[in-house]
Amino acid sequence: MTTLEGVPNKVIVQHLGMVQGSTVRAKHFGRDFMAGLKNIVGGELTEYTELLQDARAEATQRMGRQALALGANAVVNIRFSTSSVAAGAAELFIYGTAVRVE
Amino acid sequence: MEVLIFLGLLLLGFFAGRRAEQRHFASIQQRERQTAAVPVLNVRASQDLPPAEYACLFVGSVVIAGDYYKLITGLLAGVVGGAIPGYESLMERGRREAILRMKEAAIAWGATQVLNVRMETASLNSNQSNSGTFSVEVIAYGTGIKGAVPARIPPSIHQ
Repeated sequence: MTTLEGVPNKVIVQHLGMVQGSTVRAKHFGRDFMAGLKNIVGGELTEYTELLQDARAEATQRMGRQALALGANAVVNIRFSTSSVAAGAAELFIYGTAVRVE
Repeated sequence: MEVLIFLGLLLLGFFAGRRAEQRHFASIQQRERQTAAVPVLNVRASQDLPPAEYACLFVGSVVIAGDYYKLITGLLAGVVGGAIPGYESLMERGRREAILRMKEAAIAWGATQVLNVRMETASLNSNQSNSGTFSVEVIAYGTGIKGAVPARIPPSIHQ
């Protein structure tokens, strides 16, 4: 998986189209409360960083499974995107082009 | 009484927030120097990919919250308009931190370069207008490459 247009030292032999993975996550009440406290003094919200990292890893996995199902062995031109779909919930989205390389 | 709580929070936010920010910037600068040896570049599609044996996606992310002082000054600036320095420095910290985390993950893997870095910012503020929070997520992602491929010997013109 790469953000490049190709894979170094490999040749793209087949394009298999766009693949994507996404997950929608809601905020956790306890974590939200802690985040509210942290908002007084500022700084990193470690709970949220971890929450979003986990969610993004899952979206990436889903994209990977989709690519494998198509018979790809690489995903190029990967992009991430985030959108808030409802109050307190966010969608994490990843997409790329599935290819076969040799 | 309420005024006292407000002022107390404002002062706490100002001092604790400023201290946290100074520490964070010091840490960022030190880590940026440590990781300066690995270049981060964006290559164009028309350029040849640099020679490498392995490529891998790396993501760095951080959720960063503003303090109470920044929140209040931000609200005030929202009335009169203009730049909000408190929020600017917050965003800068978030971006630099996210890039650093991505680079550190890539360096741990053994990357010699990080290519085609993209950044994303998402606001995590609740949709309720005066929930009293300000936090953003910043992510940076790019492709780390490693392993030099032996350069092909160009065909000689003179046989």
